[in-house]
Amino acid sequence: MVSLCPPRNRVFITERNRMNLPLVVLAPFVGAILTAWAARFGARRTAWVAGGMTLLALAMLAPSMAAPFQGELIIQRWSWIPQAGVELAFRFDGLSLLFTTMILGIGLLVILYARYYLSDDAENPKPGMGRFYAYLLLFMGSMLGVVLSENLIVLLIFWEMTSLSSFLLISYSYQDKEARQGARMALTVTGLGGLALLGGFILLGEMAGSYDLSAILAQGDVIRADPLYTPMLVLILIGAFTKSAQFPFHFWLPRAMAAPTPVSAYLHSATLVKAGIFLLARLFPVLSGTAEWNWLVIGAGLSTLLVGAWFALFKHDLKGLLAYSTISHLGLITLLFGLGTPLAAVAGLFHIINHATFKASLFMAAGIIDHECGTRDMRRINGLWKFMPYTATLAMVAAASMAGVPLFNGFLSKEMFFAETADFFLDFNWGWMLPALVALAGVLAVAYSLRFIHDVFFNGDPVNLPKTPHEPPFWMKLPGEILVGICVLVGLFPAMTVAWPLRVAATSVLQAPPPRFDIAIWHGLNIPLLMSVIALLGGLLVYAARRPLFRLAERLQGVLDAGAAYAWTLGGIIGFARAVTQTLDRGSLQRLVVIFVVSVIAIGLAGALGSGSPLTGSRALLAADPVSIAMTLALIAATLATLMLHRKRLAALVIIGAAGLLVTLVFVKFSAPDLALTQLSVEVVTIVLLLLALYFLPQHSPAESSRPRRLRDTALALLAGGSAGALTWAMLTRPHAPISSFFLDNSVPGGGGTNVVNVILVDFRGYDTLGEISVLALAGLGIYAMLKDLELPGLKCDSRGGPWNWDSHPSIMAALTRLLLPLALLVSVFIFLRGHNQPGGGFIAGLITAVALIMQYLANGVAWTHERMSSNMHPLIGVGLLIATLTGLTSIALGYPFLTSAFTHVHWPVVGDFELASALAFDLGVFAVVVGATLLILIHLGLMHDASHPGPELQEEPR
Amino acid sequence: MEALMSLIVGVLTAAGVYLMLRARTFPVVLGLTLLTYAVNLFLFASGRLTVGAPPIIRESATHYTDPLPQALVLTAIVISFAMTAFVIMLSLKARAELGNDHVDGRPSQEEAP
Repeated sequence: MVSLCPPRNRVFITERNRMNLPLVVLAPFVGAILTAWAARFGARRTAWVAGGMTLLALAMLAPSMAAPFQGELIIQRWSWIPQAGVELAFRFDGLSLLFTTMILGIGLLVILYARYYLSDDAENPKPGMGRFYAYLLLFMGSMLGVVLSENLIVLLIFWEMTSLSSFLLISYSYQDKEARQGARMALTVTGLGGLALLGGFILLGEMAGSYDLSAILAQGDVIRADPLYTPMLVLILIGAFTKSAQFPFHFWLPRAMAAPTPVSAYLHSATLVKAGIFLLARLFPVLSGTAEWNWLVIGAGLSTLLVGAWFALFKHDLKGLLAYSTISHLGLITLLFGLGTPLAAVAGLFHIINHATFKASLFMAAGIIDHECGTRDMRRINGLWKFMPYTATLAMVAAASMAGVPLFNGFLSKEMFFAETADFFLDFNWGWMLPALVALAGVLAVAYSLRFIHDVFFNGDPVNLPKTPHEPPFWMKLPGEILVGICVLVGLFPAMTVAWPLRVAATSVLQAPPPRFDIAIWHGLNIPLLMSVIALLGGLLVYAARRPLFRLAERLQGVLDAGAAYAWTLGGIIGFARAVTQTLDRGSLQRLVVIFVVSVIAIGLAGALGSGSPLTGSRALLAADPVSIAMTLALIAATLATLMLHRKRLAALVIIGAAGLLVTLVFVKFSAPDLALTQLSVEVVTIVLLLLALYFLPQHSPAESSRPRRLRDTALALLAGGSAGALTWAMLTRPHAPISSFFLDNSVPGGGGTNVVNVILVDFRGYDTLGEISVLALAGLGIYAMLKDLELPGLKCDSRGGPWNWDSHPSIMAALTRLLLPLALLVSVFIFLRGHNQPGGGFIAGLITAVALIMQYLANGVAWTHERMSSNMHPLIGVGLLIATLTGLTSIALGYPFLTSAFTHVHWPVVGDFELASALAFDLGVFAVVVGATLLILIHLGLMHDASHPGPELQEEPR
Repeated sequence: MEALMSLIVGVLTAAGVYLMLRARTFPVVLGLTLLTYAVNLFLFASGRLTVGAPPIIRESATHYTDPLPQALVLTAIVISFAMTAFVIMLSLKARAELGNDHVDGRPSQEEAP
């Protein structure tokens, strides 16, 4: 018997100046990187690094560990996204203490165990070990984050990270189809749960007015009275149930057994699957206490308890049995929280501890057996007692604890469980059903535990094992020994070992001191004891009569298969998506363009006709001058000529170039010198690019379309053009109130430049520009990747069938362009420097430089140019992005927002006054990216040319 | 002036859409280029048309055109170049992989060069 004085009054302490909790969470993440790095020095070191980082996390947690025992709550918080109520806040109380101890303690044991499990013998670890430990530490950090979070959103982020890292762990042997499928299923189910949980958390946060757990836990009554309480509860429960493998979401857990056994020992017994239950415990004071809570949670827990126990009995795979028994025990804990009474919550917490110890050690034993026998099939593994009596003893103690045999810890929490369910029936008609069904589950639990012991260690001799089993090395047994030792210690001396931590954890779950409870082996003759006796005797009987039951189970196979429902649903979704895609996309671009254009026109027309506003607005119009009219006509003529001549490829290209130049004039006319310069230089590059590409495309464009098709297309094009023109007209004739006066007013005082367009690019909207040059860089690299290893046949004859002209580059042009290069570069520098004040800037200067360099290629050939200039443009692009980003980061380092510019005036003789702004450095980055990406694209296309026709070298006379 | 601008955008769009609907890659690239002109001009026009008032701060100036659409269109021009280049390479890649330059989804024999 134990009775403790209630803890002193709770003191809320916010330790702003200390930050050990975030460091505890961070340590495994850093460890993951270190481990992956250490793998290059040999797989064995990775185990040391992983273990060391876990110990470090434990050491950093140590200073806070006493606090919960003194009734203190530690909260450490930093502002993150205050507008959204998201804080980087961590919380350490009794519940966190319980879970962090489990995560780090069992984590340490699993790291030790995996060191030997993943080795063929004691000295030769497998090479993938570094990856394994890196994933394991990623998971450990995420899990620590879940149990230490004070802010719900932060908790959810870590929650999702546990899903992702467990995906990586389950798919560790990614060569196995089963591992991949199991990992995908686990991710799908828990990922969907995470989505539901996000919805639930947002509702909860709205109800409480805060995402802080402290604030939420204090408002249980408000939240339970909220009209949206039920949807919120359902969403959160879906999140918790998917994670904790509750019926009907339980099916992912057995399939996750494709993971290496240390992962199962860690994730699928002690930590990951307890995350859902952790959430139930964490939000217990807020969510519980309603009929909805009771029905949903008890219902899920009870069905999980029974379904898991039933299937566990009939699994031939050792890990399958353990997986289903885990499901069953998770159901048990869920059921306890569902009862909603303080004592049930205490029992639930107690069983969390007990289940973690005995199940992790059982998984470890299963791993040893698998490792030693080369199989996990219980029909083949028999009579191992003779080969490994020591391991057998450990496993038998753990299995006895799982069955609820007295003197082991599982018995104690199961007694409490029986007691709680027996108490519950007093309140309801048909309430006796609950203890009856629970006792049935107890019977099944005894039966499957018995099967685990009897089938594996006795029951005749092994059948056709790939290896001869023997006892594993000492260090592989040690983790199991420690866990089994805890089982026995807690089982024998509960008052001295577990009572106090349990009381502390229960205090933080209930947000109040728990009622007096005593954990003892003997409570006298009462109903729980009777239920235990029924379970033990009934289990023996069921196991004795197992053969007909097995036959029954085989016949029932597939009846209650939630996995099949999952596969059916998933198949349906995939089929639907495929049908939609195939309807829309039959491999024809034309079809897609038609769908797109027609929908845009339809939506636009519906909007325009629906609003009923007149086409022409009230803005005063500008008078048209003759030159503008002439230029417009020229542009239209060029456009139409492109259209008519599009099958004569070279001619079409020349004319579209003319159209581009006329567009440049539009920009000149309407006060956009920067745009005109940009358009001009882009036009040159585009035409060169198209010319190069033309070489590889078929020389002729035969008329493909039928006449009706051409008519349809013409009609569609006219409709689209008419709509676009009308839209432009409607827009241009309406007055507008731009936000640009801000830019015009602040360009000089704030940005230090008189060219407002350039100041917007490099200063006001510098972040956008950074994104845009990143796109440019990505497009360049994407093209590089696409052209790599691409081989296209070059041309052997021209379009009229004559021999291809292999003349070398005209020497006058070659000489001229060489002279032009320094001039062009000078212009480029000039344009770049004046860009902040006059039309110009990084984009334009970059394009001019690119054109100047490309001219060298065109006039002198690739070989000549490459003798003088590197063709590797990747560093230039990288440096450009780096300069631009660093410029932005510098302002952060100086305490300003990202990309704030600083400037000073400098007088440069001849060139004149110009601002030396930090924006100039940013523009330099832009310049480098533009030059790099443009050249990258063109050079590699040019190189492909060279590769495609070695002709002239072969045909020319030797010089 | 506004009518001229609308006309230009309309014609460029019509020609661009028609060429986008052709069955070979080269006309599609041409169509895309024309459509790019149209879209850039349209975006530029959203700042309304102003003659002789570039957004360069000067003491003598009384008014300026709207600089914001210009800044947006400037990057749009550069990015559309990158995208045009990407589409061109895609068409080359398609030619190498499929052996023809069709985009109508119909497999077709390549004509003799």
